Amino acid sequence: MKQFGWPLWLVIAWILISITGQFISLDITQINLAAILQGPSAQNWFGADDLGRPVFNRLLAGSFTSCVVAITVVSISVCVGTFIGTLSAYIGGRFDHVIVRIIDIFLAFPGILLAIALAGIMGSGIDNVVIALSIVGWVGFARLARAQTLSIKHREHVVAAQALGTRTFNIIVRHLIPLISAPVLVEATFGIASVIIAEAGLSFLGLGVQAPDASWGSMIRDGTRYMLVAPHLVLIPGAALMLVVLSVNLAGDRLRDWMDVKTQLRARC
Amino acid sequence: MAIVIFGVVCLVFFLIHLVPGDPVDMMLGDNAQAADRESLREALGLNQPLMTQLWSYFTNILQGDLGMSLYHRVPVTQLLAERIPATVELALVSLLVSIIIAFPLGMLAALKKDQAWDRSAMAVSMLGVSIPNFLLGPVLILIFSISFGWLPVSGRDGAASMILPAITLGTSLAAVMSRMIRSTLLEVLNEDYIRTARAKGCSWFEVVWHHALRNAMLPIMTLLGLQLGVLLGGAVITETVFSWPGIGKLTIDAINNRDYPVVQACVLLISLTYVVVNTLTDLAYALIDPRIRVGEST
Repeated sequence: MKQFGWPLWLVIAWILISITGQFISLDITQINLAAILQGPSAQNWFGADDLGRPVFNRLLAGSFTSCVVAITVVSISVCVGTFIGTLSAYIGGRFDHVIVRIIDIFLAFPGILLAIALAGIMGSGIDNVVIALSIVGWVGFARLARAQTLSIKHREHVVAAQALGTRTFNIIVRHLIPLISAPVLVEATFGIASVIIAEAGLSFLGLGVQAPDASWGSMIRDGTRYMLVAPHLVLIPGAALMLVVLSVNLAGDRLRDWMDVKTQLRARC
Repeated sequence: MAIVIFGVVCLVFFLIHLVPGDPVDMMLGDNAQAADRESLREALGLNQPLMTQLWSYFTNILQGDLGMSLYHRVPVTQLLAERIPATVELALVSLLVSIIIAFPLGMLAALKKDQAWDRSAMAVSMLGVSIPNFLLGPVLILIFSISFGWLPVSGRDGAASMILPAITLGTSLAAVMSRMIRSTLLEVLNEDYIRTARAKGCSWFEVVWHHALRNAMLPIMTLLGLQLGVLLGGAVITETVFSWPGIGKLTIDAINNRDYPVVQACVLLISLTYVVVNTLTDLAYALIDPRIRVGEST
């Protein structure tokens, strides 16, 4: 644990805070007209927003939103992407050719654009955000898993498994995926960081969670309207977002160094 | 490349069929007359079989017809033509900003490897990767427009209004690029020809400038092409933050207005630009690297 240092502890704290936030009753919709746009104070640590709602509570609720979205999307993307990528490389031939083309087509949509279009067209809502980001997210893992599998699929233990008549599914799940899990795990860590940013971005554009639910992105969006009088509405959720993304990225960096995965060229979104 | 373009067009075409329920109902609302619904359905071609729709979508695109905007009631191509210059301008200036930041930062980190310079340069770049543009934008507005009043808050009015959006968009790109420049340069600096150049008495500056940097350009070019996608995707958010009248803002406005033909056209335009630029990057290799030219002719 020592080599990960504070980034890992911050990530763990973030997850714990997100979960505990769900168990204490958070008043995130309580409108308090007396407290409108109040700055941080002793009673109200992070101040109040444009409807007098406590920013601290909304920050915790937003933390849960981004945590759930990030973990769900990355889990779906890793499972689907790794399986398809490994299968494609293992089977090869025409099947592989088709999968590579499909991956290329998805990668032709730059960055967050496809997610914006999907979420925009399917309608806003947190479930559509998860669907949109998963549709975009699996591709990177499929490409990574395919490249890794190509380099190990002729190893002796795979040939031995084939000779013993092991079914393709078992070869992939038992003999190939465990060997490529280190780079996939590193990539998944970076994936969490980019999904956090993407979810906040979609919510910032008004395509994510709907009022009165809270997300860091929508808090920043609402805050930009009152920047002159209440800059804390942008700065507090922004600082939280940045801190979490920074620690996830640093934890990923250290994980990569620790697992000694060769640095790869990756296009982030 | 042709297959990728074909796939992109298909995917964009199917976007409109992802609208939950009936897209016509979504666009017109609940109070629309039956006749209006039918005429819109007719106008969008949604009353025809799927394959017929796809075919006519293709043939129309090839003829430069992207349909009519339902909200503005003008051809989509006209809307795009109005917005393209603003986005191109913003993208180019942001690219310039990121190059200006990334090269000194990456080179500094590589040349002073494992020293305080390297660590702080990489810390700055990590910070740049982690700050999303919808946060950096408002923060920059807060500092330079609201507190100091030096620069306009939003809109596109003269060169001054360009500064904040370009910095916002260029920062994340600069952060990724400086890391890439550092690692590429480090690899190149270990090559034999660098030692040879040093041994024959070249100055350190000359070695870095003529020998190391030139050889590091190839991977950096690839990254530039790939990262252009991040730039174009990020432009959607950055343009919204600064009310910059480009394609990205048009996309978001069209999503909010349920103007689906415009959404489709914007997504198509941005993705095809990305595909074309990356293909051009591949072709540019031959210009930069004589080894590829020679290799092909033999």
